[in-house]
Amino acid sequence: MHELYKLASGIFVWIAILGFAAGMIGRLVHLAITARKKDPVVYQYFSLYYALRSMLHWIIPFASTGMRAHPVITIVAFVFHACLIVTPLFAAAHVILVMESWNVSWWHLPDPAADVMTVLVILGCLFFLVRRIVKENVRYLSTPGDFVIIAMVAAPFVTGFWTYHQFYGYETAGILHMLSGELMLLCLPFTRLFHMALWPFTRGYAGSEFGGLRQSRDW
Amino acid sequence: MNPKNQKQEANNKNGIYDAGIEKGASRLTPEKIRKVFDALVEAEGGARLRAYTNACVHCGLCSDACHHFLSKDGDPRLSPAGKVKQTVSRILNKKAKLDVDFVKQACETVFTECNLCRRCVIYCPFGIDVAYLMLFVRRGCHQLGVVPQYIQDTAHSHASTFNQMWVRDDEWIDTLQWQEEEARDEIPDLRIPVDKKGADIFYSLIGPEPKFRAQLIYQMAVIFHMAGADWTVPSAPGWDNSDMCMFTGDMEMTARLKKVHFEAAMDLKAKRIVMGECGHAFRSVYDVGNRTLGWKMPPLPMVHAIEFYAEILREKRIEIPKKFDRPVAFHDPCNIVRGRGLGDEARYVVNETCSTFIELTPNREHNFCCGAGGGVINCGPPFKNKRVESNRVKADQLAAARDKGAEVLIAPCHNCHGGLEDIIDHYELGLELKFLGDIIYECMKKE
Repeated sequence: MHELYKLASGIFVWIAILGFAAGMIGRLVHLAITARKKDPVVYQYFSLYYALRSMLHWIIPFASTGMRAHPVITIVAFVFHACLIVTPLFAAAHVILVMESWNVSWWHLPDPAADVMTVLVILGCLFFLVRRIVKENVRYLSTPGDFVIIAMVAAPFVTGFWTYHQFYGYETAGILHMLSGELMLLCLPFTRLFHMALWPFTRGYAGSEFGGLRQSRDW
Repeated sequence: MNPKNQKQEANNKNGIYDAGIEKGASRLTPEKIRKVFDALVEAEGGARLRAYTNACVHCGLCSDACHHFLSKDGDPRLSPAGKVKQTVSRILNKKAKLDVDFVKQACETVFTECNLCRRCVIYCPFGIDVAYLMLFVRRGCHQLGVVPQYIQDTAHSHASTFNQMWVRDDEWIDTLQWQEEEARDEIPDLRIPVDKKGADIFYSLIGPEPKFRAQLIYQMAVIFHMAGADWTVPSAPGWDNSDMCMFTGDMEMTARLKKVHFEAAMDLKAKRIVMGECGHAFRSVYDVGNRTLGWKMPPLPMVHAIEFYAEILREKRIEIPKKFDRPVAFHDPCNIVRGRGLGDEARYVVNETCSTFIELTPNREHNFCCGAGGGVINCGPPFKNKRVESNRVKADQLAAARDKGAEVLIAPCHNCHGGLEDIIDHYELGLELKFLGDIIYECMKKE
């Protein structure tokens, strides 16, 4: 157990961070090169102004018609994504670990807030899982991978919650928390979780074509 | 053997038989299909294809944007992402077997179950361009020689005559002279100037106008004449601005067509192109044609008829002594409203010429498609019933406007006219369909 802890808190952290960074950069660079070769039109029409205009309408809750038409998923998706990104970066335990290791630190969330946000992420995962099963059109689109990524995202939050509250077997849960977090980070560029990195580009390009060329709105 | 004597078996479960799909597919083997699609992905499947297919998280939020999905009681196969799943995803999955049945089904899906209207793009949180993906598959179908027969026939017409309707060169000039003669009964000094060099306006229109709706040429000539416009049309090919080849995936032919159109205008040293009331033709010249030929924007200024009408009304070059007095509704065609943001200009023209205007809901960029665009109506009679049934939601939208009092529906697009006519007829909506030009011609001062 102690050996596993050492691995999870040592070399695996580095593998996860480096894998994540290399995967992200590698895939985006590859995409940029492919675009240059086969889709030069993308560079011609890309406009920062219209890209940002479009992104703004899709990053502010209810600023697009589609979001207003689907209020429940809009609220869930915004809360889920915000908590998913903010909680791991600003959880007190994480900030302290980083400070002890590298002597850098930043602002951290009060523990009860991080606790609530963790629960919100878990509930979000459940919502998406149920939606995938219950809604016919979403079920039709779902692939096994879609369920795997829900589990992959939920795992570090479930184990984190477990560890923080020191429920039965929390020491094992703590190691699982580290491992599952590292696994998610490592898999991020190589699974559908990569949608996070693609969003600015697909949204931005849609905004550029709609705004610059077609002179209309895409929200 | 005469194909008519062959037993015609439906090539899908709806009981539809299309000779182009059936005969084209009969020449294929799974190996050949895989080879062609793989080569297409290798040659043309770039960053957009990868980014779109990788970014889609299968959330299904595009579903409600699609009139096919809504009209068919939420059939999950018909959501935009559902259509991608059945076609593009299988093509990109190297392990998936692409057999003859797959091609037949995929061909029907991409040609007749998507109008390339891009409404889903503005409902997808990622802005995934499903029309681009459907066109990618259409291109593969074209390379395999599996294209619905009727639309392929128009593509052949483009290839042989540079117009969509097999109009011969002499018939074109003949039609112009005929319409000029007719119009001179009404306005004795009216001319349809052919091949005039250095005119302010090069007027181009679509093949079906001289073929079936010659009175539209008459009407436009009257509008040009009364507005004091300096205009011309070419006698040689290049007068037709339409393009079904971009919808069949024949991009090589699209490039030839658009080049002839632009060059006809430039040979006459025209200052700009004014296009008739057609949406797909506008998309082919303004968005597709220029990029296919390697220009970011069209090589000379070009405007849709709506912009020209707005201009002459604003500059008071024509007079509307009495506005059209029956209540009108306005249908926003995808290719000029989502495709060019002309919703406000169109409303300006409607309000200047009509006394009562009733908005459809939803409208502008969010309007529902006519169901005919993207080459779907051009796939012809085999798919007509399916097309009309696949757009019940449009009928509901129109019925709501009619219940508010609308009697006339204005649609400044030929494709939309075709689609809306069938919908109005099938759902017995009792609306009369008009072009903006019809209204202007009817209400303008002509002395």
